Amino acid sequence: MKCLVFIKQIPDPDIPPTQFRVDTRTNTVAPPQGSSPAVSLLDELAVEAALRLKDALGGEVTAVSLCNDPVMNVIKKPLAMGADSLILLQDPAFEGGDAFTTARVLAAAVKKIGSYDLILCGRQAGDWDNGQVGSYVAESLGIPCITIVGKLEAVSGKIRAERTVGDTVETVEAPMPALVTAGNEVGRARYPKLRDIMAAGRKQPTIWSAKDLGLDPSTVGAKGALTKVRRLYVEEKAGQCEVLKGETPAEAGENLALKLRELKII
Amino acid sequence: MANGAGVLIVGEVAGRELAGITGELLGVGRKLANARGEELLAVFLGSGIGATAAGAFAQGADKVYVVDNSLLASYQPESYAAAMERVCAELTPGILLMGATYMGRDLAPKLACRLKTGLATDCVALNIDPQTRGMLATRAAYGAKAMAEVDCGTVRPAMASVKTKSQEPLEPDSSRRGAVVPIAVQLNAALAKTQVVNRVTVEVKGIRLEDARIVVGGGRGLGSIANWKSLEALAADLKGAVGSTRGACDEGYCEMATQLGITAKSIAPELYIAVGISGASQHMGGVSFSKHIVCINKDAESPVFKLSQYGVVGKWEDVLPAFHRKVKELLAG
Ligand SMILES: Cc1cc2nc3c(=O)[nH]c(=O)nc-3n(C[C@H](O)[C@H](O)[C@H](O)COP(=O)(O)OP(=O)(O)OC[C@H]3O[C@@H](n4cnc5c(N)ncnc54)[C@H](O)[C@@H]3O)c2cc1C
Ligand SMILES: Nc1ncnc2c1ncn2[C@@H]1O[C@H](COP(=O)(O)O)[C@@H](O)[C@H]1O
Repeated sequence: MKCLVFIKQIPDPDIPPTQFRVDTRTNTVAPPQGSSPAVSLLDELAVEAALRLKDALGGEVTAVSLCNDPVMNVIKKPLAMGADSLILLQDPAFEGGDAFTTARVLAAAVKKIGSYDLILCGRQAGDWDNGQVGSYVAESLGIPCITIVGKLEAVSGKIRAERTVGDTVETVEAPMPALVTAGNEVGRARYPKLRDIMAAGRKQPTIWSAKDLGLDPSTVGAKGALTKVRRLYVEEKAGQCEVLKGETPAEAGENLALKLRELKII
Repeated sequence: MANGAGVLIVGEVAGRELAGITGELLGVGRKLANARGEELLAVFLGSGIGATAAGAFAQGADKVYVVDNSLLASYQPESYAAAMERVCAELTPGILLMGATYMGRDLAPKLACRLKTGLATDCVALNIDPQTRGMLATRAAYGAKAMAEVDCGTVRPAMASVKTKSQEPLEPDSSRRGAVVPIAVQLNAALAKTQVVNRVTVEVKGIRLEDARIVVGGGRGLGSIANWKSLEALAADLKGAVGSTRGACDEGYCEMATQLGITAKSIAPELYIAVGISGASQHMGGVSFSKHIVCINKDAESPVFKLSQYGVVGKWEDVLPAFHRKVKELLAG
């Protein structure tokens, strides 16, 4: 079973709201001093889901990322978790793209890779939370796409995935090759072992440019984008919290109930 | 499709009624259509839904269309995308909206890719740029820590999916009526590349989370499955429902289906009571449309206080029983 996993490096998702700043000139995040980027959490879950298939069935896992400014110990995390190889798609022409152009580059990389059974990605990347790239790639490649999956199983040429739809859990099947997007429902991602982190450090990623992928630079990055972020800003939260007091925590609790009555909510 | 006119919403039905999101889409769609001086159109895909779809007139639609086909009885990605491609070719809308629902999250990007048009997902506000007449979408980014205004581009139809509960439906006007127009679409079963082979529905006890007037949310701070019961008891007395965080789900305190947040359910109750929840932006992004938010947390520095109207600093073990007792007393008296 050969799995390709799309992973994105994003600014630290755990920057506390109080330290979260944006650069209004570039409409990007201005991370605080000393913060390190991370692999988008749901992409880690996609890697985890791929590794579980590999654990069960054997085969290989290749991580693929479009990333012009990789931090090596971050972007190599899938290798440390157990992926076999890493392909980085890098080109100044990729700058300023949107989900549509990102998908165009990723789909070109998949075509260059050639053979695979399953593509996994996150349901949405933790920077723009778009939730588009997976579906776009599947459409471009003309393969089935199952979004927001949890448990996966591969049986006789088909991928079988569980999806939570409201109060219903659906089991969906599609013939492979197929693409799935990982949701929270995958569960927890494994922690890399120190030994594996060291080994990953010694592995070299393969790097492909627009030219390597046979892409016309005017169809990717800002030039090819269909949407444009006009403004990125942090909303001022107006509400001031009133902390309710009491002689004891219990009394404060009673005061909260009284407050809700005063507001006629209960 | 360079030119297009009209604002088209993709309606959804729940049983024999319009789903809540449909009214919300018609509400925001009406505003956009008025701003562009165009008609508001609604389309429904399904099987035997014509009578239900007619309800969209009262909620603001100028024209209502259905694609009625047994292959559309329940959502199937390729069949729905093919039907919508046909609908767009026929109606040539300038703007296309759907809900960021289970269907919309799957269908919107699939369709946008086929139409090669710009899509903004999970939008909380939509406006028309007076200069370009294009659609500007406001949506949360970076785990709901920031807001982004996105220009949906010049290809028609410009697309957006709208966050559930983020828009106000119009006051229904039963004098608004019309004939539902069928759109014929050639479909065949072989289009479907994915197949649902099994469905298991978890029986929800009591009120559905999305419909509850009061929601008690629990987080990792609850500490155990046994403790979760105290939230359920409180919610039952308030005739409300229990929601949860990723933290609580990861610990196995509750069902995944109860999770609230940007990658889970979003709700807009009258009151949200956050207990043992730190207030991470990704969680609060799913509850931020609540009318009132209050919290109980032992750590006064927790971000949840920043987003709450009232809060109590203390261990829930100390605060919640007294709160619950008082609530019962007030409700009885
Ligand atoms: C891409 C992405 C998407 C995400 N999507 C979601 C989502 O949709 N929904 C979601 O919920 N999360 C989501 N998360 C996770 C989110 O960032 C937080 O990790 C999660 O919400 C934290 O859950 P929590 O508040 O229960 O736990 P914690 O952050 O561990 O907070 C526990 C809180 O309980 C308090 N506490 C502890 N003991 C007590 C006590 N005895 N009495 C009172 N208070 C106590 C603590 O002070 C603390 O504030 C997402 C994360 C990422 C990166
Ligand atoms: N630059 C990128 N490189 C690799 N994968 C990506 C990139 N951008 C998005 N993806 C993948 O597509 C998923 C959905 O992204 P998005 O549509 O941007 O929310 C992510 O979770 C990733 O798995």
